Amino acid sequence: MSFKHTRLDRFILFINYVLLALAVFIVVVPLLYVAVASFMEPTALLNKGFSLSLSDYSIEGYKLILSNDAMLRGFLNALFYSAAFAILTVALSVFAGFPLSVEGFVGSKFFMTVLIITMFFGGGLIPTFLVVKQLGMLDTVWAVILPGAVSVWNVILARTFFKGVPKELSEAAKVDGASEARIFFDIIIPLSKPIMFVLALYAFVGQWNSFFDAMIYLENQKLYPLQLVLRSILIQNQISPEMIADRAQAAELKRLSEIIKYASIVISSLPLLVMYPFFQKYFEKGVLVGSLK
Amino acid sequence: MEQSYAMPKRQTRMRRNLDYIRKNQFLYWLIAPAFILTVIFKYVPMYGVIIAFKDFSYNKGIMGSEWVGFKYFEKFLTAPNFELIFMNTLKLSLYGLILGFPVPIILALMLNQLRRAGAKKNIQLALYAPNFISVVVVVGMIFIFLSPVGPINKLIEYFTGHPINFMSDPAYFRSVYILSGIWQAAGWSSIIYVAALAGVDPELHNAATIDGANLLQRIRHIDLPTIKPVMAIVFILAAGGIMSIGFEKAFLMQTALNLPTSEILPTYVYKVGLKSGDYSYSAAIGLFNSVINVIMLVVVNFVVKKLNEGEGLY
Repeated sequence: MSFKHTRLDRFILFINYVLLALAVFIVVVPLLYVAVASFMEPTALLNKGFSLSLSDYSIEGYKLILSNDAMLRGFLNALFYSAAFAILTVALSVFAGFPLSVEGFVGSKFFMTVLIITMFFGGGLIPTFLVVKQLGMLDTVWAVILPGAVSVWNVILARTFFKGVPKELSEAAKVDGASEARIFFDIIIPLSKPIMFVLALYAFVGQWNSFFDAMIYLENQKLYPLQLVLRSILIQNQISPEMIADRAQAAELKRLSEIIKYASIVISSLPLLVMYPFFQKYFEKGVLVGSLK
Repeated sequence: MEQSYAMPKRQTRMRRNLDYIRKNQFLYWLIAPAFILTVIFKYVPMYGVIIAFKDFSYNKGIMGSEWVGFKYFEKFLTAPNFELIFMNTLKLSLYGLILGFPVPIILALMLNQLRRAGAKKNIQLALYAPNFISVVVVVGMIFIFLSPVGPINKLIEYFTGHPINFMSDPAYFRSVYILSGIWQAAGWSSIIYVAALAGVDPELHNAATIDGANLLQRIRHIDLPTIKPVMAIVFILAAGGIMSIGFEKAFLMQTALNLPTSEILPTYVYKVGLKSGDYSYSAAIGLFNSVINVIMLVVVNFVVKKLNEGEGLY
């Protein structure tokens, strides 16, 4: 912008910078604290706080976490659930979104109504639980990824995207004698990579960070995703005996439980925090496309 | 011959539709999976809600269980802890809405003043980050930071000499819940406002500056009116969900000692239903909660529409 700021404006802008710096400080400091603390000896951290002496630092927490079966299994389970959920959600949304975007699709209104009603009304926790139980899906992967796989929001996003694809493309293919299926798989799908990517990112992150469905539907600890394992470490203060092996004294247990907390936060959050700056553009797109009706 | 012309209109339309469906079978195969899953996991449970009006027992099934009318609703409304849980839910979300709603707007207005794209992008990057941390980790961090020997209490002890046990004192539950929620979500929620502000014509600001308007005046008279429609929609949606406040975080933050403020309807539904196995009672409380939600959405939409010159959500 070319115009000059007055002195008052410059003062307001200065205050603005100070406040924004404060906001960044408030957001970043807790994260940095956890990151630094994860490399510290818990006793040193407790008594001295952050120190500059190298002897107060160790990577014991990470060693413990990385040699812990429950944690590793949780990590792999979460990876599997999140990937499966993302693929499923994207496929369902794109498949359902396409017919709804076709002009003159008979039943379009019916299907949209059926979907949109679910945005406002639902059976609630217990009736949904009973359905999952009745289907025999308790304690299976399906209970985690199937009930929430159809997201009306995502279907609408996909539909909106397809409506923006130039009609000439599919019409030209139709003239050449291509079937609906060919048009969909050979023309529409390749064009819809961007929207598929946005939907997949959201689904993956959502599933990676969730614990609730797993908590109510899974009994078998071998199936637990990472967040449930974290919950027992961070919030319920449970450390499995395998972690402490023969050093089972109470003080040692407490010391280890502290050191494990920080390291487990870092290890579980790092993948997303490192990944997200590269995909920031896509995440923002998701928010904004979603806000257009 | 006359007869065939007089075929009822509806029948021809039906035949035409059936023809369409036969010819475009593929489209219906595409939408079928999403449709079937929606029916199974959304509509069957809606039907299952009738167990709120029955004495549900797993052996008799939904159909076989006896009707009891509003027994479970009466039971809840007259329960000694009803008022407490209801008010807890209302207060937690109402305070959360009042405190949480303005922060993203202010952040967006502030970010909008940054002229250097690089600085703006980096600040946004930092402010959005907490959105990607799971609720389990956020609550875990809360427990660490607010523990009696944690860093925050170190500071408090340094100044006052007495650490505060935040997580086992009911007086602090709401503040901790709401402030940590703002910490996590405010940055991310500002995206939608930042985008709306990017659409403001710079000429408007130029013209206003020439007319002698200072920065605050320009924000108030140019920027704010631009994002007003977005604000209205965000507010209605937030207020409509006022009683469907997130179960997960409250549940994770609960300790035996802070229950007097931390027990809310969704956590109570979970405990009654899945912990105690009292399915019908739990379903009744859940239904009660949803009904209040719908009423809230309609009322808030009505009020905002009045205040906002006829622009509501619907």
